[in-house]
Amino acid sequence: MNFNRKHLLGLEHVSAEEIKLILDTAESFKEVLERPIPKVPTLRGKTIVNLFYESSTRTRFSFELAEKRLSADTLNFSASTSSVKKGESLRDTAQNIEAMKVDMVVIRHGAAGAAHYLSRCIKGTVINAGDGWHEHPTQALLDMLTIRERFNNFKGLKVAIVGDILHSRVARSNIFGLKTMGAEVAICAPRTLIPFEAEKWKVNIFNDVDQTIAWADILMVLRIQLERQAQNFFPSLREYHNYFGITRERLERIKRDITIMHPGPINRGIELDSDLADDAQYSVILNQVTNGVAIRMAVLYLLSGENKSH
Amino acid sequence: MKKSLTKSQTFCRNSAPPTFRFAKKILLKNATLIGHNYDERKKFDVLIIDGKIRSIASPNEATDDFAGEQIELAGKLVLPGFFDMHVHFREPGREDEETLRSGAAAAMAGGFTAVATMPNTDPVTDNQEIVEFIKDELRDHLITVHPIAAITRRQLGKELVDMAELIEAGVVAFSDDGKSVLDSLMLRRALEYAQMFDVPIIEHCEDPFLAYGGDMHEGFVSSNLGLPGIPAIAEDIVVARNILLAEYTRSKMHIAHISTAGAVELVRRAKDKGLAVTAEATPHHFTLTDEAVSSFDANFKMNPPLRSPEHVNAIIAGLKEGVIDAIATDHAPHSIEEKDTEFSAAPFGILGLETALGLAIKQLIKPGIFNWGQLVEKMSANPYRILGLEAPEIKPDVVANLTIIDPDIEWTVDKTKFKSRSRNTPFHDWKLQGKVHCLFNNGYFYLNPEF
Repeated sequence: MNFNRKHLLGLEHVSAEEIKLILDTAESFKEVLERPIPKVPTLRGKTIVNLFYESSTRTRFSFELAEKRLSADTLNFSASTSSVKKGESLRDTAQNIEAMKVDMVVIRHGAAGAAHYLSRCIKGTVINAGDGWHEHPTQALLDMLTIRERFNNFKGLKVAIVGDILHSRVARSNIFGLKTMGAEVAICAPRTLIPFEAEKWKVNIFNDVDQTIAWADILMVLRIQLERQAQNFFPSLREYHNYFGITRERLERIKRDITIMHPGPINRGIELDSDLADDAQYSVILNQVTNGVAIRMAVLYLLSGENKSH
Repeated sequence: MKKSLTKSQTFCRNSAPPTFRFAKKILLKNATLIGHNYDERKKFDVLIIDGKIRSIASPNEATDDFAGEQIELAGKLVLPGFFDMHVHFREPGREDEETLRSGAAAAMAGGFTAVATMPNTDPVTDNQEIVEFIKDELRDHLITVHPIAAITRRQLGKELVDMAELIEAGVVAFSDDGKSVLDSLMLRRALEYAQMFDVPIIEHCEDPFLAYGGDMHEGFVSSNLGLPGIPAIAEDIVVARNILLAEYTRSKMHIAHISTAGAVELVRRAKDKGLAVTAEATPHHFTLTDEAVSSFDANFKMNPPLRSPEHVNAIIAGLKEGVIDAIATDHAPHSIEEKDTEFSAAPFGILGLETALGLAIKQLIKPGIFNWGQLVEKMSANPYRILGLEAPEIKPDVVANLTIIDPDIEWTVDKTKFKSRSRNTPFHDWKLQGKVHCLFNNGYFYLNPEF
């Protein structure tokens, strides 16, 4: 099939066929990454700007590496070093980038819809690398690639997302993507961190982590932001860990046969036991990181339009 | 017959001189009059001399040798002048967004003859000088301006304004619009003190704790978009408190821009009890739902926010059943720089004056929810009544205060042609029907140059 999108702003309206194409393409790029010289000339001559208004290590490095593996010319823009601090608006920044004839922009921004807004301001392609609490489509895609590698397909697979669903773009993109691919999805969090009318997503909603573990094939554990405690979403980190933390004790008591994922960075010992995160029997967290590069190569390639001319 | 406007007939932005003139001697021919005394199937000739209605007669009784100006009104409707009791004209303070004169021009273009201006100017309209300035700016104008003063100094919720002085200066109500008076004791005092002048307290009803950080209506759409929500109950709770205070103090409470099913139900019960509680709704709250925010276009960002369909239906039902007394626009100009940005960074508020009539026709008249008489109640009679002012009537020997519309003309909203200084409308490019043809008020006559 053809991939006819100009932008990747989220997964909410992306079809199963498109997701499958991205995952298949990523798989062939994984093979490229195994080569002695893991580099292809696919995007030679293309200019890509990584526009990061929020701090990020993993996602920015992953995109940068994917761009370099595809031989694109890349520019990095991060809020701390740019003129954003001087009060330059997103629109002005975008227009300046546009004037420099950039082909693609990867944007991470604290405001939901920032990628949508940018896509209206510039002629080039926009890839959402996380907008507020809204979406983080490449994270969900790399999660889905990791899941597919382990389980081969999504039909009937039970994926539980555990943690701060309300403020999580990773949760939203995964809910949209996994549902589209036919997985069953559950969310588990303190009642305060479940979004309003979340049942309309047609997901199972748990407030009990033991029940969630008993239900799930995969636990996708989210980072709990320390600032949420100050906003009284939960009373203390200790209580959060005791009631919602994923511990070895719980898994051994309830279900040993379960896969653990985490988008990182992990608060070790709070939402997830440190040694579980590193235990290859359960954890695929490092596979997620590896797959991140391949997924971003696939997305960049498919959006560049290079696939159509070949 | 449907007619369309051509581009050459429209005029450019903020053309400086007012486009109205003294109504020396004008004969309105073959007019359809909307009012309880008139049969809408009959035609009348209305003679206006020196701004006053001199006579209303059957067409054949009029003199053929009439010496003054004649205006043919076949196919047009003559209604009592529309009054928007909730506008923000940004002067003093943000004249780049709107001035009293540009706002008045927008009001005329929208078919209004009077407006009540909210006090969140900079400095706040909380003293006689600013009230006098506002009235002076529009002193010899077709548009009548009725200033609303703040309840508390600088709208800080701490000290009552000098209400008696402000009443003397000409204010018609008090409001800390933009936020609620949080301190219930302060609001009680305001209600009781304002009772001496028989004017209402107008409240923007929002619990700021429940609404904290919110950008849009809290519902499934906000959950999907990852935008922080403003729950409906943030409005309901304050409406409930305000009604209780109005009951206890036996005072007049007007609920601004009501937007939730819960608040409509609370006002319904208050009215059933016979309390002096009134409410207004905006055209955008009976036209748009929160689904529109999916575009992340900040022209869909306002407070109260666009609600989900069950709330919108409750607003329409509330208007129909008389629970909601008035249609008011909450005309809130904002600069392009402020609105053309990512959603969460933009301020709340949209323009209202120049699209209100077309939206009311589209949403309320066309579907048969309202007849013209009911629209007049919501846009003229009731706003005047709520503010204790005499409502205009179409009858001989009164100053002509008339909104005359062409109800059939089709037009496309073009924000670049707005008389307002701002452009923040979500209705750009919408196809609407019905537009002001001409206006009479304060002795003046305005003919829409598009006709």
